[in-house]
Amino acid sequence: MSQSHRIAGGQIDRSTTLRFSFDGASYAGHPGDTLASALLANGVRLMGRSFKYHRPRGPLSAGSEEPNALVHLRSGARQEPNTRATVAELFDGLTATSQNAWPSLRFDAMAINDRLSSFFTAGFYYKTFMWPAAFWEKVYEPIIRRAAGLGALTREDDPDSYDKAFAHCDLLVIGAGPAGLMAALTAGRAGVRVILADEDFRMGGRLNAEVLTIGGQAGGDWAAGVVAELASLPNVRLMARTTVVGAFDAGIYAAVERVSDHLPVPLPGKPRQTLWRIYSKRAIVAAGATERPIAFENNDRPGIMLAGALRAYANRWGVAVGDRVAIFTNNDDGLRSAADLTAKGVQVVAVIDSRTDGPLLPGIRHLRGAQVIDSTGRLGLSGITVRLATGQTETIACTALGVSGGWNPNINIHSHHRARPEWRADIAAFVPGQGGPAGLIAAGAAAGHLSTYGALAGGHVQALAVLESLGITATAGDLPKAEDAPLNLSPLWHVPHGKGRAWIDQQNDVTVKDVKLAQQENFTSVEHLKRYTTLGMATDQGKTGNVIGIAVMAELTGRAIPETGTTIYRPPYTPVAMGALAGRSRGKEFKPFRLTPSHKWASEQGAIFVEVGNWLRTQWVPKPGETTWRESVDREVLATRRSVGICDVTTLGKIDIQGTDAAAFLDKVYCNTFSTLAVGKCRYGLMLREDGMVFDDGTTARLAEHEYVMTTTTANAVTVFRHLEYCRQVLWPDMDVQIISTTEAWAQYSVAGPNARKLLEKVVDQDISDAAFPYMGAGSVTLGGLRGRLFRISFSGELAYEVAVPARYGDALMRRLMAAGAEFDAVVYGTEALGVMRIEKGHVAGGELNGQSSALNMGLGKMVSKKKDSIGMVLSQREGMTRADGYRLVGVKPADPKGVLQAGSHFLEVGAPVELASDGGWLTSKVYSPHLGCDIALGYLKAGDQKIGRRMRAVNFLTGTDTLVDIVSPHFFDPDGERFRG
Amino acid sequence: MIIPHPILGPRDAQEFVYLGDASLIDRPDGMTAGIEVFHDYLYNRDNPAGLHRELWYHEQGDRSWLVVTRDTVTHEIVSAELARDVARARGRSK
Amino acid sequence: MADAWKSLTALGHDTARTVTVGPYRITERDDVALASVALRRGQDQAFAAAAAKAGVPLPPPLQSASGTPYGAFWVTPDMWFVTAPFASHEDIVAHLKPVFGAAASITEQTDAWVCFDLSGPALTAWMERLCNVDLAVVPDGYATRTMMDHLGVYLLKQGADAVRLFGPRSSAQSLLHALEVAAASLA
Repeated sequence: MSQSHRIAGGQIDRSTTLRFSFDGASYAGHPGDTLASALLANGVRLMGRSFKYHRPRGPLSAGSEEPNALVHLRSGARQEPNTRATVAELFDGLTATSQNAWPSLRFDAMAINDRLSSFFTAGFYYKTFMWPAAFWEKVYEPIIRRAAGLGALTREDDPDSYDKAFAHCDLLVIGAGPAGLMAALTAGRAGVRVILADEDFRMGGRLNAEVLTIGGQAGGDWAAGVVAELASLPNVRLMARTTVVGAFDAGIYAAVERVSDHLPVPLPGKPRQTLWRIYSKRAIVAAGATERPIAFENNDRPGIMLAGALRAYANRWGVAVGDRVAIFTNNDDGLRSAADLTAKGVQVVAVIDSRTDGPLLPGIRHLRGAQVIDSTGRLGLSGITVRLATGQTETIACTALGVSGGWNPNINIHSHHRARPEWRADIAAFVPGQGGPAGLIAAGAAAGHLSTYGALAGGHVQALAVLESLGITATAGDLPKAEDAPLNLSPLWHVPHGKGRAWIDQQNDVTVKDVKLAQQENFTSVEHLKRYTTLGMATDQGKTGNVIGIAVMAELTGRAIPETGTTIYRPPYTPVAMGALAGRSRGKEFKPFRLTPSHKWASEQGAIFVEVGNWLRTQWVPKPGETTWRESVDREVLATRRSVGICDVTTLGKIDIQGTDAAAFLDKVYCNTFSTLAVGKCRYGLMLREDGMVFDDGTTARLAEHEYVMTTTTANAVTVFRHLEYCRQVLWPDMDVQIISTTEAWAQYSVAGPNARKLLEKVVDQDISDAAFPYMGAGSVTLGGLRGRLFRISFSGELAYEVAVPARYGDALMRRLMAAGAEFDAVVYGTEALGVMRIEKGHVAGGELNGQSSALNMGLGKMVSKKKDSIGMVLSQREGMTRADGYRLVGVKPADPKGVLQAGSHFLEVGAPVELASDGGWLTSKVYSPHLGCDIALGYLKAGDQKIGRRMRAVNFLTGTDTLVDIVSPHFFDPDGERFRG
Repeated sequence: MIIPHPILGPRDAQEFVYLGDASLIDRPDGMTAGIEVFHDYLYNRDNPAGLHRELWYHEQGDRSWLVVTRDTVTHEIVSAELARDVARARGRSK
Repeated sequence: MADAWKSLTALGHDTARTVTVGPYRITERDDVALASVALRRGQDQAFAAAAAKAGVPLPPPLQSASGTPYGAFWVTPDMWFVTAPFASHEDIVAHLKPVFGAAASITEQTDAWVCFDLSGPALTAWMERLCNVDLAVVPDGYATRTMMDHLGVYLLKQGADAVRLFGPRSSAQSLLHALEVAAASLA
């Protein structure tokens, strides 16, 4: 199809032709076109079906306020739903398809909804699909979802990347129309750092869509000149294709830059979009104004659009939407559309002016005191019915109708902090009121100054005010000449006539009738109106409909508009892709990884890694021939208990604590005592929260009189460090304590098993015999001359040490330990084997350190010293936490050795009914013990210390299991600790 | 949100971790205060509509604990002080 | 002393390497020894005197200072990170402890961090994709902790086209990846 509706002029590059397709048909357009302008140029008015009634729809607007022309843009994995054709920049090869229509846009089977519209009024779903309740989720909702709705997701991964970035400025100018350009120019010339952001790909705002002159120049040329000057200023940053979507506290704004949306595929390395976090000292919102329609019957047909949009398509894009055009207006700006179109050679068949006293346009049929009351045309406008001032009606054939009900200043950003707008009767619109985000002021049309001169002056004056507030004196300059005409608006919100439907919110199919129904049912507040009718929801957030909805409600309730309510907005200004909010944090880049010093070595061994927080830890290391993880884990456990095993424990948190009050400090933060610990020794420490629950545990070694090194669990390394800073800064600010994390500074390996000492004797330079380095010994050593640390501590219950060297030597130490251990058949063991051995020993870990358990629950109640004040000591003595029948840590074995235990199972007495009242506690962690040849587990059982030896049931509703178990001591293995003292 | 760090100047609130009411500074002495006193200290809070003093930790910054005075109605941050200085002024020592 | 010990860089290489992305260069530095040096309470005079005598700079908040052999940057009230050449000061704590005696708490930090030197034109454009530091405005010698891709990182501005980062060693590869991706989006 040729570009049948293309006329002369416009800011498009006719020397280049771009091919694109819509619903499979091929079309041509030019650089500078939007998808909507190019389709209109090709005579395509029908672009979508409405949300509820599946009414045929075309674009209402030429901008981001568009409620109707929503399409699937692109295809395959890059398909994006609900894209506004009015802002989608045309590129060669663009493909778009219509949405919410089946089998085709021209014949949509669901249009039957339109015939049944009397059933589908506001509140219909709530009233109709109430009963039976169970049907809602299973029957009604899926059907409604299929019938009503917007675009569809591809369900494929987005192949493109998104990015985040930060920018700083003295002044952020939002919108690059006449006001924004003037504000940026004023501030930029004064030398402050300015960011000028505009959602359009061409800066200039309405000037690009008008034939107005500024200082004798065409408005578009003036804008281009200002943009060029701004681009030359090093202190000004121009951000086109960038929508400021939200105002946040303290001058922070969020903006989405569409880096690659105008390209078929992003350039290599480039993101599709970038989410900017803009830190500003001041901001000026110069986001312009949005025209609003007038509601009349069947006012939603393709070809009926805002008068200013009709003019924009002609002036900016060289498109005549129809060959016979009518204008319906209640203000002088509508007349401008008629004049511009006439000047472009488009036949304007009539101007229907609801005012009786408007100025007359020469050479155009101007019907004063008249109103459009209806329209015709199945898939696009073919004619309108006009009620003349005389009361007679007349039918006028036309293929496009421009409607102007006035202009609403874009108060959106200004209202993001809930600042209430004020009503200005002279333009019958809301303007920014008091309050609003600190540091933000509105200028130009966004502030209600709707003339070109008003915009220029507003931008200039507000920029001067900003400069003054920043302590910079700048003198007012001469402003270029520009039109300064008033709007001369006489409010008309809807045309009362007949029983048909007149649309207020085209995106949600909300009509005047729906507002009436809401009023009848007493949903008269604006907030109720919105929820009852869905007015103002979805992608356009009611940019064109909200004010009309309030006005109609005001009329129905006999109140003034400001009494009825106001409309405010939440972020985002326009829809934001989830990808942009995620940025780079997707898939494997969701979070950074942490690798231990032996990671390279472990990878070479074929280790299986598990995520523990951000760490990748060796979970087990399969050997050839092992087909299940259990085989590997069992081998690692048995080999360690038989001879020696090595485990990377670098991930445990390590905190260096120094100072003359270090000992006193540890006595405060641990419930047990550390001031009595001898230099060169370490001790197990239990850390409570102030509420008496266990926070963390680990061993802490005293390396010198005033120097300790604390270990924490892997999971709590960060929170314990935060807590220690809290204690030393907030609670005991005069203690001489200095702390620093050394978690990553040292590679640390556990060497455990009967041959652990023999192995280490080959690696450590010093005497580490039991006499020289007894159980719980700790201190500095050297390993072949290299500085290191050695701790004789055991989590596995074996004779065990932890040996540490600076992290860069960690790889070499692991290789050296394995080489030295070859004669002992040393194995490396992972977190699974670690878990088996700690449960065999009855040591608590993640499943037991659940934030709801006290020392007493864990069987460690005696550790809480009452001879000194420590965090959690007092509240751990509360009645509820010290009851004799409270939870106690127990060991669990299946009554039948082949029985399978499951973490999360609940303990019940044999024969007790399976109900909450019988619940005796739960199973926290379970493993298979190759040593005992059966499953073993730990659990919390009410009065568990008194139930050792009892047979109970472990019931798990999730898996439907009910297993007989024996309650035993949690110390399954070497209960007297002969092995680790060896 | 921006927190005016007393040492480092304005910093993005994203760098901070929030703890809660600054009354946590006034921890009773565990050797003299009983369960009731500690219970009141740990659990009972005012919930003002207006100025609220609260503890924030500059985790992704200089590790300082701050007492931030914030208006819970407007989100305005009125001031930020080093918690250590506040604690000392309230008589805390070792 | 530890000659027989083979070391790996934080990125897991035998020797430190430079990665180039367009005009941007990321150089891993494994030749910087690092220690935290914290003032012990009430030792202000002895601490300052010892630092002055040994030539350990003690810059104020948000600043770094360089010198031979010691450089330093401020990290938290009464604590600095002190740098020195690794070749001569591998056991940096052993060098500093005699200097400060009981006036300071000193802890080895060398291998807790990966050090990257970044260079290239328009570093501001690169860094603004990663962190909220207003690099265009802060002076040379500026030092701050900031967040890059969820990681806490010390950033030292060493010139208009030179930035040094200290990031958590275990996440060296993730940090490098973030730097590369950001650079690639500009290249």
